[in-house]
Amino acid sequence: MTDAAYNFAYLDEQTKRMIRRAILKGVAIPGYQVPFASREMPMPYGWGTGGVQVTAACLTPADTLKVIDQGADDTTNAVSIRRFFQRTAGVAATERTAEASVIQTRHRIPETPLTEGQILVYQVPIPEPLRFLEPRETETRRMHALEDYGLMHVKLYEDIARNGAISTAYAYPVKVEGRYVMDPSPVPKFDNPKLESPAIQLFGAGREQRIYAIPPYTRVVSLDFEDHPFEASKADHACDLCGAEESYLDEVITDDAGGRIFVCSDTDFCAGRRAGGHRGALAAEDVA
Amino acid sequence: MYVAVKGGEKAIDAAHDWLAKERRGDRAVAELSLAQIREQMSLAVNRVMAEGSLFDPDLAALAIKQARGDLIEAIFLIRAYRTTLPRLGASRPVDTGAMRCDRRISATFKDAPGGQVLGPTFDYTHRLAGLQTGGRGGRIRGRVPVCGDATDEAVPKPRITDILGRDGLIQDEPPGEAEPPDMTRAPMDYPAGRALRLQALTRGDEGFLLGMAYSTQRGYGRNHPFVGELRIGTVEVEMEVPELGEAVCVGELTLTECETVNQFAGSKIEPAQFTRGYGLVIGQTERKAISMALVDRALRWEELGEEDSGAPAQDAEFVLGHADNIQATGFLEHIKLPHYVDFQSELELVRRMRAEAAREAAE
Amino acid sequence: MRTEALTGGFADAPVEAAQVFRATLEALARPGRIATVGGAEAPAPVSGAAAVLLLTLCDHETPLFLAPGHDGPEVRDWVSFHTGAPLVGREEATFALGHWPALAPLGAYRIGTPDYPDRSVSLIVEMEALAARGARLTGPGIETEAFLSLPETEAFRRNNARFPLGWDCFFTCGQSLAALPRSTRVEEA
Repeated sequence: MTDAAYNFAYLDEQTKRMIRRAILKGVAIPGYQVPFASREMPMPYGWGTGGVQVTAACLTPADTLKVIDQGADDTTNAVSIRRFFQRTAGVAATERTAEASVIQTRHRIPETPLTEGQILVYQVPIPEPLRFLEPRETETRRMHALEDYGLMHVKLYEDIARNGAISTAYAYPVKVEGRYVMDPSPVPKFDNPKLESPAIQLFGAGREQRIYAIPPYTRVVSLDFEDHPFEASKADHACDLCGAEESYLDEVITDDAGGRIFVCSDTDFCAGRRAGGHRGALAAEDVA
Repeated sequence: MYVAVKGGEKAIDAAHDWLAKERRGDRAVAELSLAQIREQMSLAVNRVMAEGSLFDPDLAALAIKQARGDLIEAIFLIRAYRTTLPRLGASRPVDTGAMRCDRRISATFKDAPGGQVLGPTFDYTHRLAGLQTGGRGGRIRGRVPVCGDATDEAVPKPRITDILGRDGLIQDEPPGEAEPPDMTRAPMDYPAGRALRLQALTRGDEGFLLGMAYSTQRGYGRNHPFVGELRIGTVEVEMEVPELGEAVCVGELTLTECETVNQFAGSKIEPAQFTRGYGLVIGQTERKAISMALVDRALRWEELGEEDSGAPAQDAEFVLGHADNIQATGFLEHIKLPHYVDFQSELELVRRMRAEAAREAAE
Repeated sequence: MRTEALTGGFADAPVEAAQVFRATLEALARPGRIATVGGAEAPAPVSGAAAVLLLTLCDHETPLFLAPGHDGPEVRDWVSFHTGAPLVGREEATFALGHWPALAPLGAYRIGTPDYPDRSVSLIVEMEALAARGARLTGPGIETEAFLSLPETEAFRRNNARFPLGWDCFFTCGQSLAALPRSTRVEEA
């Protein structure tokens, strides 16, 4: 049931055209941040306004939408954004990764491999991978133009010198198709290998007024050094609910005496495994 | 057995219900009407209109009520609404020289054509909390003009800077032909021209601009401002109507305008001249307008051939990038959202590095 | 203004434009794929696919160049009424519409700047035929290789060579739509 007081998917058509043009240029120049005239949305900046605008520009009534935050469909902000689109676009919603045609995400890439025909929309807080090395937009723009990424390599190298390892654990910078260094949004570096995908990946930063994209099958390389190769690491545990060894885990503190368990951050993935009969160390036998 | 936390939908509904109850407060106390807010909280209404970039006192009053008096939240409501409004056209530039002033003061001349008009100001009130009167003002003596007709309209009030300009004493600001950008319809672009800077400042957060302006007074980009003139009043808004072949008045706006007269520039070839800073804000918002003029002047260092002293108020990317309270509050508050995943990734890395260090220490 | 200028738009713009955009996005993100789009008609010689592209992407913010053969009073009226796009020369255009030979000289179009490579034209190339054969395509959006009946290869090869600068192309024929971003490497098959 849509809310007739608003246009389909909330945004007016003029705004959608502007966003759609930016998305297309983003797809044509993988990894390049296209400036766009981000609108003031009825939700706070920093809470997914960029992702919401990109999703709104992409949705058709035939879509099935999934919204996740930290990998989970039931986190409050994911619930809030899903409701927004159910109300303004009347689209079907799902929690199943495989059933979704559009997935809006914050901080995770689903464990279930994405396929052609799916679009993954990322909410991005700070789209500029060089921002914490050089705060000035005029400077970082020049660095991208000249493909001058020395500062980033120096930073990563200093990490190694100081800590023996690259100390970036999320929002780990990547190079797209050998040209632009890109911020994959604050996904854990565990998710970086999934950035090479058959799906279309779109990134929206509302407050910072940038849209960028990774087309399907685009080369995405996590920055590293020969003697310190990139490693997509995760906690050295299996999921205590479904037993998965290869999924990214949330740590849950169970008491104040050091008790903790690890569970899949991707709730759909975990539920699907349990439905298929997989059991972790702490799962009750009757959990479906 | 562990069951993952569920119930986001229910929690949101419950929070909204609770919020509605808190918004109303004690039901034994009469509910505020929008007219009461509009009339008796008018400076709050003005701030919401200025930073919401929408002149609509009734709507601003509604937003303040809905936001429980949180002005930034109210500004947010106005901004989100404003975005959905169609753009029917652009007005002609308003003529603040023809403003019907409720208040008009100059700190640079003892008297000037049109006179000094104090208007409805707190300036010379003694800040004694009205414990006896319950916040009401004192007894009103004599006839008080109605806002908008405070002074004799027959007495023109030429702008002080125009008077200085006639003798070439202040740098000229000739009208430009270029269409000013609209920061609500195009992405921010650095370096930003003055029209774009002024636009960002006039909707910027009052507290942020105040702090920036204050920093210039304390030596961080000092530029010796005098308030050449501060005027508050109503101006007519005119639009060209092509069908009529002329401009018609489509309404009136209350504005606060501040022009500062600043330290002079000059060189061997150019005679000394004062320079200007400019502030123009919707509503009666004089703290903001003065702050804006000081910050505007500080940001003009490059075009006026001054040195970059590295002061925050001279840095356009810093000032414009952080002046918007809706952007700032959204991003600041978003750190309340779950960050389990990014935190976990750092936790895992720190544990690994500590384990590595412990192993090396043991060897 | 002729009455046909007033007809031929979308019946349900928000939904139809969304459907056309999705098809366009898939086409540009997967060079060589041919999509079918429709829902609007412009005066001849504008194809159905080109008509819906214009309706979906153009407005008063996007200067449009109509190449000889497409530039005429009927098309002008239709474009102005339905999109409001200002009609301009090649140099200022955000979009350009026409048959391949008529779009030339290609050197006249905006290809972006090193700072803003997105500030470049998108060419809507009207084709006599559109098929998944011909030039060999590789690059972003393509798993192994793809083929598309491009009007030539050399111009596209040169366009790719200056990446990230360059223009991007949509190909239209009847209700068929394909695309070729500047990122695609093009070779003779």
